Amino acid sequence: MCCNENPLVAAFLSTIAWEQEDIVKNLLIYLKDYKKECVLAPLFKMLEAIFELFVPLVMASVIDVGIAEGDTSYIIKMCLILILLGIVGLISAVTAQYFSAKAAAGFGTAVRHGLFAHIQRLSFTNQDKLGDATLITRMTSDVNQAQSGVNMVLRLFLRSPFIVFGAMVMAFTIDVTAALTFVVIIPLLSLVVFGVMAVSIPLYKKVQGKLDSVTQSARENLTGVRVIRAFHLEQQELEAFGEKNQELTRMQMFVGKISGLLNPVTYVMINAATAYLIYQGALRVDSGILTQGEVVALVNYMGQILVELIKLANLIVTVTKAIACGNRIQTIFEVPEGEQGKLQRREEENGEEGMVVFSHVGLTYQDASEESLTDISFCARRGETIGVIGGTGSGKTSLVHLIPGFYPYTKGSIRIAGKELSSYEPGELRKKVGIVMQKAVLFKGTIRENLSWGRENATDQEMREALETAQALEIVEKKEGLDTVVSQGGKNFSGGQRQRLTIARALVRKPEILILDDSASALDYATDAALRKAIAGLQEKPTVFIVSQRASSIQYADKILVLEDGELAGAGTHSELLDTCQVYQEIYYSQFPENQQKGGKDNG
Amino acid sequence: MAKTKSQWGTVKKLLRYIRKYTALILASLVFAAVSAVLTLYVPILTGRAIDFIVGKGQVDFSGVFNVIKTILIVVLVTAAAQWLMNVCNNRITYQIVRDMRRDAFAKIEILPLKYLDGRSYGELVSRVIADADQVAEGLLMGFTQFFTGIITIFGTLCFMLNIQYKIALVVICITPLSLFVASFIAKRTYVMFKRQSETRGEQTALIEEMIANQKVVQAFGQEEKVLGRFDEINERLRKYSLEATFFSSMTNPSTRFVNSLVYTGVGIFGAVAAVMGQISVGQLASFLSYANQYTKPFNEISGVVTELQNAIACAGRILELIEEEPQPKDDDAKSLTDVKGNVALSHVDFSYTKGQNLIVDFNLDVHPGQRVAIVGPTGCGKTTLINLLMRFYDVDGGAIKVEGEDIRDITRKSLRSSYGMVLQETWLREGTILDNIRMGKDASREDVIQAAKASHAHSFIKRLPQGYDTWITEDGGGLSQGQKQLLCIARVMLALPSMLILDEATSSIDTRTEIKIQKAFAKMMEGRTSFIVAHRLSTIKEADVILVMKDGHILEQGNHEKLLAENGFYATLYNSQFVAAKEAE
Repeated sequence: MCCNENPLVAAFLSTIAWEQEDIVKNLLIYLKDYKKECVLAPLFKMLEAIFELFVPLVMASVIDVGIAEGDTSYIIKMCLILILLGIVGLISAVTAQYFSAKAAAGFGTAVRHGLFAHIQRLSFTNQDKLGDATLITRMTSDVNQAQSGVNMVLRLFLRSPFIVFGAMVMAFTIDVTAALTFVVIIPLLSLVVFGVMAVSIPLYKKVQGKLDSVTQSARENLTGVRVIRAFHLEQQELEAFGEKNQELTRMQMFVGKISGLLNPVTYVMINAATAYLIYQGALRVDSGILTQGEVVALVNYMGQILVELIKLANLIVTVTKAIACGNRIQTIFEVPEGEQGKLQRREEENGEEGMVVFSHVGLTYQDASEESLTDISFCARRGETIGVIGGTGSGKTSLVHLIPGFYPYTKGSIRIAGKELSSYEPGELRKKVGIVMQKAVLFKGTIRENLSWGRENATDQEMREALETAQALEIVEKKEGLDTVVSQGGKNFSGGQRQRLTIARALVRKPEILILDDSASALDYATDAALRKAIAGLQEKPTVFIVSQRASSIQYADKILVLEDGELAGAGTHSELLDTCQVYQEIYYSQFPENQQKGGKDNG
Repeated sequence: MAKTKSQWGTVKKLLRYIRKYTALILASLVFAAVSAVLTLYVPILTGRAIDFIVGKGQVDFSGVFNVIKTILIVVLVTAAAQWLMNVCNNRITYQIVRDMRRDAFAKIEILPLKYLDGRSYGELVSRVIADADQVAEGLLMGFTQFFTGIITIFGTLCFMLNIQYKIALVVICITPLSLFVASFIAKRTYVMFKRQSETRGEQTALIEEMIANQKVVQAFGQEEKVLGRFDEINERLRKYSLEATFFSSMTNPSTRFVNSLVYTGVGIFGAVAAVMGQISVGQLASFLSYANQYTKPFNEISGVVTELQNAIACAGRILELIEEEPQPKDDDAKSLTDVKGNVALSHVDFSYTKGQNLIVDFNLDVHPGQRVAIVGPTGCGKTTLINLLMRFYDVDGGAIKVEGEDIRDITRKSLRSSYGMVLQETWLREGTILDNIRMGKDASREDVIQAAKASHAHSFIKRLPQGYDTWITEDGGGLSQGQKQLLCIARVMLALPSMLILDEATSSIDTRTEIKIQKAFAKMMEGRTSFIVAHRLSTIKEADVILVMKDGHILEQGNHEKLLAENGFYATLYNSQFVAAKEAE
């Protein structure tokens, strides 16, 4: 695809896409099923261009032979040839469009599939690093841009340069001296077209930056509307916005002035070249080297060049964008998938030493400079309830996320059911663990579909039991039972209802280990208490981890882990901790100050 | 029918914005006319020059030179006119859009909160930003291409008729065919594009849902199943996208083909006419170049029409925002002075949506220095009361009075500045810590530091890289939730009005910071009338009045002892927490 490229175009492209070009090449493997289309599309496009290039020549002979000799039948014959050229051109163009559309659509589909599958396998660490918004944009608009980039390239990248150079070659067949005008004007035109682009593209990026700051200002004013009004800052905000808005407008007008130069300047150049062609033609016709018709043909070829150069310039803008999108997509592909890949030698589950045993566990998140968890050791036996409490950022969630292997621990050892955690297959481990995350998420569909995520073949009876334990049965029964429709994001349920439903989803799994990560925060105390009681009464006797900010939610746990700054500040039962652990006292008495006097503790 | 009517309404309103730039528009039209006519004149000149070049020894050099000179002058004038037209159009459109954006933003500042709360912020932002952009694009294309296009069409017709009407008729007759082909394809592909964009929308919805909750998907091992659903949509998308891309891409080759028919027609008739001596070879060349260009303005105009329709739809959305009823003005309202902290709610009725009454005949009398605690489960509508007190919303019935004045009779500014408000969602603006505490108030650096010290924020601010001059972004950057809240408290501490509205949020703040916040709150509340969204038992028990809310309604009202004695919802709430604590003793 690179042989006929204008050297200027190639140079320009490589300045934009330097260092990144290799990256995009990797994406091109998604075209591998469409090799045939990728060759045929530009080929047919080229055919079309060739037929188009013959037209001025035919017309020249109409003038020189037909008109000069007054031969009407010759004229008609030639015009039939013109129509024939048109038809063949149309057929080749349509064929080319079909192949390129097929390749582009197939490419887009394959990239989307590959990317989605890849994203699904990303480790939690990498998901955190990339962020949802980025991933969604990559999946949607970036892939679309790349797809239309492929389409445009297949259609135009060969055609436009071919017409430009073809016109020049044709000029040479007519007259070498006259053709030299083409040799001079084509690089000059390219220089202007790509020069204006090279100047204006970075300026457009600046415009985008200004637009972002206007957007930011508008959003800030909506999210902070209450505060702005409470402090009656409306006028001040309006002025600040006005300034940014004016700045944007100024920049837009400036860029407009520069990019607006493109058309007039090329117009002058092409017409100056035409005038020079006529002058040359006049000289050479006078001396009998050229005919009148040939001069007309030369002028026509000059006209074709401009149109195609402008098309090429637009194409390059599209392609530049597509390359940028392609690179962004590729960077996602390059993020390695799951990181617990290194399976240690398999161990058999042994003995009843404890369901979950941490010994001297440390966790350092990727790229983090400090440990988020330091030297954590504890043992949770089958059927025990473990409370985890501590301030924000103390590492509660990090701790429980280690258990299903969401993040790899970096020090010490974790044994689940007597077997080292890193020797489990991720799927095997996650079957044992039911986790309810802080953010209560339901998916579009029905309650039944949502619950079946817990276990594929759960019966209605099992689902009902899970709902009952999660204190969610009444919610569902008030509506249309298990077939109640859940709208996107579960918006048709309140925060507390969503929490209970997500708990039910985890319970359907009948997990050996149940983790509730602050998942009762939106429940009132009474419901919270009922929920804990129901879970304690489960027949399966799972090991339960309850993470909470509320002392009341965890105080009956068999063991409470108190975290502060990623370290275990204390472990034991409520009354033990109340006697010995200062951090626990602080938390507890800040929530139950009236017990402070009774307890006789004073920590001021 | 109704649609076109509303479109006209929008256009009329849009004209109000355009009118300001009448002079520029006239200039743009003049430049457009000049450049269009001169552009058409060039092929005629070229043709004339060719007629001077007949054959060997038959070249009229002085004629050729004269024509070339004219061509060069005409071309330079055309180019200048083109560029100036472009500059004018840029000025017109970008300034119109700037004006619309400014008006839309200004409206956001004075719209009732009822309007803003009822809409997603993303949607409003996209009206101010993306829709405005679309309007700019559409107008720009409209100004640049529409007028030029029409002049070009008529100019071409005139020139052609002027040279040789018979050949001109050939062009006039065949050209509509190209328009017909283009519109035929457009109509056929519309359905395909619609199907493509619908499927795309379906896929995006799935992507958003699954990627945003990828962790849950993985925790439940649902990757395969989700991928299956994705692939099913993806495959449909491939099919539709192939159809839409392919059929729409037929437009260009097809019109090009029709164009070549026109070209051929001109060729035959022109050549025959030339043989019969009716036209010269140069005139035939002019005709051929017109035949080549004639369809271009038609295509452009049809493109402009779609773009303009889109722009009008977008303009409609912004204008709708701009014309939205603002909150009533309060220019002639009284200013509230000397606020001691008397607040009275008498017979207040309120609902967000008509028919769903939340607060009915509610009465409350608060004296200076009293504390009102609002309690209830999360999501019970505690913010409703704040909305009413701050007059973010107006009551439906009854009245709220501050110092005996109905708050609807006093300026919002004076009412709101009598309250200090700390909400659970902290809001920071892009700027320095200093700016964020000042919040527009004209306070000295020392005062700000004083306020920060009083609200226990000083110690952490001091440790930031540039102290009080540290630049923070909208989302607070590296600040923790608790630190953000301390900053918000410092803001209020700086002004320290006689009434307070506090949201005692605890959920995401660590114990140490929480103790600081409590202390800061306690200090602020000394001697001030306070309304507190309370989570802590101590706050609740010390309150003079407790309002118990559930599902948006105020269920119970009274002090701790009274409410316990009533043994209602409050008692249940209280016991579930208190009893739990007692058992553990």
